[in-house]
Amino acid sequence: RVLELTGCAASMVASSRSYADFTPEATFDIKKVDLHRLEEGPPLTATLTREEGLKYYRTMQTIRRMELKADQLYKQKIIRGFCHLYDGQEACAVGIEGGITLSDHLITAYRAHGYTLTRGGTVREIMAELTGRRGGIAKGKGGSMHMYTKNFYGGNGIVGAQVPLGAGVALACKYLGNDQLCVSLYGDGAANQGQIFETYNMSSLWKLPIIFICENNQYGMGTSVERSSASTEYYKRGDYIPGLRVDGMDVLCVREATKFAADHCRSGKGPILMELQTYRYHGHSMSDPGVSYRTREEIQEVRSKSDPISMLKDRMLSNNMASIEELKEIDIAVRKEIEDAAQFATTDPEPPLDDLCSHIFANDQPFEVRAATPWTKLTSTS
Amino acid sequence: SSARPLQRLSIVLLRKVNVRDALNQAMDEELERDEKVFLLGEEVAQYDGAYKVSRGLWKKYGDKRIIDTPITEMGFAGIAVGAAFAGLRPICEFMTWNFSMQAIDQVINSAAKTYYMSAGAQPVPIVFRGPNGSSAGVAAQHSQCFAAWYGHCPGLKVVSPWNSEDARGLLKAAIRDNNPVVFLENELMYGVPFDLSEEVMHKDFVLPIGKAKVERQGTHITLVSHSRCVGFCLDAAAVLAKEGVECEVVNLRTIRPLDVETIEASVMKTGHLVTVEGGWPQYGVGAEICARIMEGPAFNYLDAPAVRVTGVDIPMPYAKILEDHSVPQIKDIIFTVKKVLNM
Repeated sequence: RVLELTGCAASMVASSRSYADFTPEATFDIKKVDLHRLEEGPPLTATLTREEGLKYYRTMQTIRRMELKADQLYKQKIIRGFCHLYDGQEACAVGIEGGITLSDHLITAYRAHGYTLTRGGTVREIMAELTGRRGGIAKGKGGSMHMYTKNFYGGNGIVGAQVPLGAGVALACKYLGNDQLCVSLYGDGAANQGQIFETYNMSSLWKLPIIFICENNQYGMGTSVERSSASTEYYKRGDYIPGLRVDGMDVLCVREATKFAADHCRSGKGPILMELQTYRYHGHSMSDPGVSYRTREEIQEVRSKSDPISMLKDRMLSNNMASIEELKEIDIAVRKEIEDAAQFATTDPEPPLDDLCSHIFANDQPFEVRAATPWTKLTSTS
Repeated sequence: SSARPLQRLSIVLLRKVNVRDALNQAMDEELERDEKVFLLGEEVAQYDGAYKVSRGLWKKYGDKRIIDTPITEMGFAGIAVGAAFAGLRPICEFMTWNFSMQAIDQVINSAAKTYYMSAGAQPVPIVFRGPNGSSAGVAAQHSQCFAAWYGHCPGLKVVSPWNSEDARGLLKAAIRDNNPVVFLENELMYGVPFDLSEEVMHKDFVLPIGKAKVERQGTHITLVSHSRCVGFCLDAAAVLAKEGVECEVVNLRTIRPLDVETIEASVMKTGHLVTVEGGWPQYGVGAEICARIMEGPAFNYLDAPAVRVTGVDIPMPYAKILEDHSVPQIKDIIFTVKKVLNM
């Protein structure tokens, strides 16, 4: 116990234990998935290697700590505007990425920091984007809701608009014949959008390789699912599209379901829909305390019983797949990474004023841009 | 006969091509040139296009490249933009631009703004096209001109061809452009034939987006217009010429970016400006041109206030007599020119 408290001594203890002592791989029972228009679903067990476990743990912890740091910076007014935090939902982003590859495509709405990370962004450039600096992933031009990486199309601010966009990406995959697919995410609030049903229709008609994923965190802003939706069985809302309802707090459940869905798509069967039942600890955004429409008891209950990081940690520890010290080391390393990123994000300069008119058009000659008065001359660059 | 030198005859071969066929040929050539180009929209494939602009394309290119969509503009416009994100070069047809209102969020928020928001990481090489503005007897919901609405937005290029050369050159340019282009056609112009030279018929003929054309030289007054109204300006100019008034007619060709330099050069020559458009007056294309002239070097050359001729500020009525009085007529242009010239 004393050794746990003194990190230095703890690492000495950890290094004296060889890695041959750890279980390299274990199989876990995972919750059965509810099926819609499917005879069979994903398997009821999932195999986790030590390496995978450590990787998922580290990534989820990184997302968690990054979001909490964003909360801090927002309260210090260093981050402005909209900031929609993902803590509590980590198993979704990490589990999905575990079921696809980086050559597949993904698009989501505005609660996007976690995905920006799993899709190849660094904490540094994500945080610097939140603080609006030139080192940000979108050079400070986009902010929280408009971050992009290779095969990741944001970060989208208009509820529901990202879903048809994702189907367009899937159409391109089919058109180009590259065996890739697109994961198109939306929330329980967006699930009632007409354009999503339009997208269900066209994706099915044309058999597009798209995985629709509804991240149901029970609340669309301040409106609970019962108050917004005549049917809260979001995995069935695709009607003729087969669906799965999955425990979104269990990274292994999410991963297995995603693998299953990806196989379905890649076999040319067309779209499939996954509902991930998950939860956000924060309010809708930083301007929402998140307790006027739900109780603190409810939030606390989810934290203590279903936290995705704790669930993975308990599994690994109880199966001797890692040691407490080792996980603590990861925590410390993550904390350092976040601190360094925050340091960068708060000291990197803001974008130069020359950037005001850059990136209006691609591959174009520079042209004059109308400024606030007729006498100021601004020039755009591509 | 004897050793007389052969006379060189220079023959300019002209072909009569109507606007519809010019658009059709432009799309055909661009589909052939780049396999990433494809067309989607309602009735574009098996019906040959609601206005037959895509006639024959499905037969030639098939289901993969000419796609009939359900009547779900928001959905298919979003799909088109997503396809552009992923590297394809879609042409998204709106059966008329009135229906684009259902999809306008995808045009503005998903297409126009993305390159900027991503700091250049995500270009959007898409063309949205379809007939714009008033037609004949189609009433209020099918007659709106969207030049001003789309022309308002940075990140979009907005093009409004008048004749077949414009239609061909600008559509090819739009398809080759790596940016979102709003391409505003005109249904009443589809069937109108124009002579096209061999040079224009060349498969790589493109017109620069953002450059206006002086269709008729003149000295007394500048008429600036776009789309079908350019023809009315030329007709008015012919009538006015008989009374000794020489109008310079400028065909905008592009709404955004606006070629204010060409307009200024013309106004600095003639000292008088009239803008002519089919759309509504308030916050319209003519309003923008007048404001820019006020703010720029040409103001000092104006001998009279710049004035706009526009559609009447009402929803379009159905009855022919009312419809005829809802849009600018040639007599309105002539009347305005004479007022501005104090004749």
